[in-house]
Amino acid sequence: MRNITKIFGHLKANDAVDFKLRENSIHGLLGENGAGKTTLMNVLYGLYRQEEGEIYIHGQKTDIVSPLKAISSGIGMVHQHFMLARPLTVVENIMLGRKSSRGIFLDTRKVAAEIRELSDRYHLMVDPYARIWQLSVGQQQRVEILTTIYQGANILILDEPTAVLTPQEAETLFSILRQMRDDGKSMILITHKLEEILSVVDDVTILRDGKMISSFKVTPATTKEELSRLMVGRDVLFDFNPAAVKPGKERLGMKDLRVKNDKGLPAVNNFSLSVSEGEIVGLAGVDGNGQKELAEALTGLRPAEGGKIFINGIEAENKPPAFFIHQGVAHIPEDRQNMGLAMGFCVSKNLIIKRFCQQPYAKNGLMNYKNIKNHAQKMIQDFQIKTNSTEDITRDLSGGNQQKVILARELADEPSVLIANQPTRGLDVGATEYVRSRLLEARSKGAAILLISADIEEIIQLSDRIAVIYNGELMGILPKGSQPETIGLLMMGKRQGENTGVKENQ
Amino acid sequence: MDNIFTATFFVSIFASTIRLATPILLTALGEIYTQRSGILNLGLEGTMTMSAMAGFVCAYFSKNLFIGFLGGIIVGMICSAFMAFLSITVRANQVIAGTALTILGIGFSSFIYRIIFGIQKLPPQVESLTKFDIPLLSSIPYIGTIFFQHNLIVYLAYILAVFSWIVLEKTTFGLNVKAVGEHPRAADSKGINVSKVRYTAVIIGGAFAGLSGAFMSIAYMNSFSDTMIAGRGFIAVAVVVFARWNPLRAMVGSLLFGIASALQIRFQAIGVPIPNQFLLMLPYLVTIIALITVSKKAEFPSAYTKPYSRMER
Repeated sequence: MRNITKIFGHLKANDAVDFKLRENSIHGLLGENGAGKTTLMNVLYGLYRQEEGEIYIHGQKTDIVSPLKAISSGIGMVHQHFMLARPLTVVENIMLGRKSSRGIFLDTRKVAAEIRELSDRYHLMVDPYARIWQLSVGQQQRVEILTTIYQGANILILDEPTAVLTPQEAETLFSILRQMRDDGKSMILITHKLEEILSVVDDVTILRDGKMISSFKVTPATTKEELSRLMVGRDVLFDFNPAAVKPGKERLGMKDLRVKNDKGLPAVNNFSLSVSEGEIVGLAGVDGNGQKELAEALTGLRPAEGGKIFINGIEAENKPPAFFIHQGVAHIPEDRQNMGLAMGFCVSKNLIIKRFCQQPYAKNGLMNYKNIKNHAQKMIQDFQIKTNSTEDITRDLSGGNQQKVILARELADEPSVLIANQPTRGLDVGATEYVRSRLLEARSKGAAILLISADIEEIIQLSDRIAVIYNGELMGILPKGSQPETIGLLMMGKRQGENTGVKENQ
Repeated sequence: MDNIFTATFFVSIFASTIRLATPILLTALGEIYTQRSGILNLGLEGTMTMSAMAGFVCAYFSKNLFIGFLGGIIVGMICSAFMAFLSITVRANQVIAGTALTILGIGFSSFIYRIIFGIQKLPPQVESLTKFDIPLLSSIPYIGTIFFQHNLIVYLAYILAVFSWIVLEKTTFGLNVKAVGEHPRAADSKGINVSKVRYTAVIIGGAFAGLSGAFMSIAYMNSFSDTMIAGRGFIAVAVVVFARWNPLRAMVGSLLFGIASALQIRFQAIGVPIPNQFLLMLPYLVTIIALITVSKKAEFPSAYTKPYSRMER
């Protein structure tokens, strides 16, 4: 790709970017959120048209006008948000948009057989007749890979493929990628995780603010610090090494807690855990293992079917959300855009949305906009929220700044308990660093923090103790400094103690 | 009162159940295509009224029922193309667009009808579609009377239910429709033209509703009135949800409505001591209750009522 420029409105998402992929290689495309990685790849895949620049495939100038053209040029894309229709089967998803050998009728059986063969060749272990909703995230991703190979792709674009995987699943993915490379395919790995660049990638290209900063071969001498400096443009703090704090008395307790999910099925089973003053307990687990339901029960948003919740020693299960707020329970929800913020409201309103009917923001049912604005100005300064004014609509802020609005609201009045569910998901390195340092700061002020995260690195960096949830059950509690592999095994449902034999054999 | 529950009674109840279910089934089948593609067409009531009028007018002047049905289908397709334009191209709110289309359809059809026929003492009539006894099968006692002594459209409706199931489950077109309703972005990335598939699905829905409307005015009855659809368009939408977008289950849902209607008519005829207003409610009540109990399990297509644009995330 030569000299690619793509403009959205006033924003130059890609500014004269050059990108070169060698045959038989895995190429890392590194950059922060908004650096233009995904835009560049969407241009290559024909989802966007570039304003300037040319694309050459195997030396041949190619005009990629649509995804269809990309596919026929041998380019396949595994999107970050899977392009799979959930109620349909694997084979139905793969057949989609493809000419059938039986004319207007589907040739399900033939395609299924071919898929099975391909799946065996690359050890993907995909059942063609399984329905997508029955598959784990890792399996769904392999379906996506399978789809692109089936379409005949020899250049694969993977958009943040490990964001949703356990370390073991990620390792499986990488070995599949290596095998595919040895089989003559080339891959582009979009990522902002530096470890991945160092462990699997042959070449790396770094983007910042839509510009190509650097492109080079990854050698054993390449370091994380070097990559991050190129990516962020300054030095980044990696190890927080929080000083050990002696935890105080229990602030948040759960005893045999049971919670159901939206479908009325058990999501959390007999869950017992305790978080004390000045302590961060990390709750590791693959998405969808009951974390959301647990967090909602702990903030009064979802009824508990059984068991007990203690907030500051008071029995709190099935109390209304207002009770939790009064007890100083803060909540950073997983889905910040739908649950954490009223996206159509301005920043100042989102900042007081928990206490809008209390003094000093309101009196006798009338809002005091002067105080609200002053409060917002203070928060914007304290939490370094990038916005033009207090009255900017929250939707127009970047993801990182939206999360800062939530942080400001939840942390401003020094909560006694904080439930942080995936607080850095989707944030770039800089914003992630900021959020993490704020969590540690809240801890040192005495908050009891339950940090729910699918990101093991994050759990390890911040937690004083590490709990692991699988299928709604507590798999075990590990001490600070546990190995990612140990945590990963529990995340996959191996109970603490069961795995020792396995580890020794390795 | 003792001897009303005889075999003859049941046979006639079941036979009229099948007949009364027909317009609901036809409309519901079409709406299954539409909704599977992610569009909710609430304008069916108006579409059916327009088609009932068009079917009647065409049949009246051509003296040919086939032309009547054709006219009804074409008008149904035109009405739904309008709905498709509003919901797909203009990306209007589908509930509002559909409701507007219903009101428009009912009003406009009676306007046209009045222009053509003026006010007459007796409503103009056509010779309605006669029943067609299927040879041999229709002479089976009871069974023959229930299933095989209807007009051709009735048979056609049930054949179309099976046909639609095959289309949705076994053809590439069916797969495209489902994919567009579930995950339009995925379909787009596989090179499927989302708008085109949706337009097609909505217009197919209009063709079915058109046939159903014409059935009402020239096969079930022999004249037109602007109230003759009487909520059947909305009932059909309910049946679609009840059937969880499966054409074969839509057959069950329509028959449920059919049997409630048949009972209601028969109860009135034999003078059951319940005010007839309550009896008239029966089919609608049954539909609501069925919908509430069964549709909890319903998983709506993921992109239901959501317009698609490639540029939006």
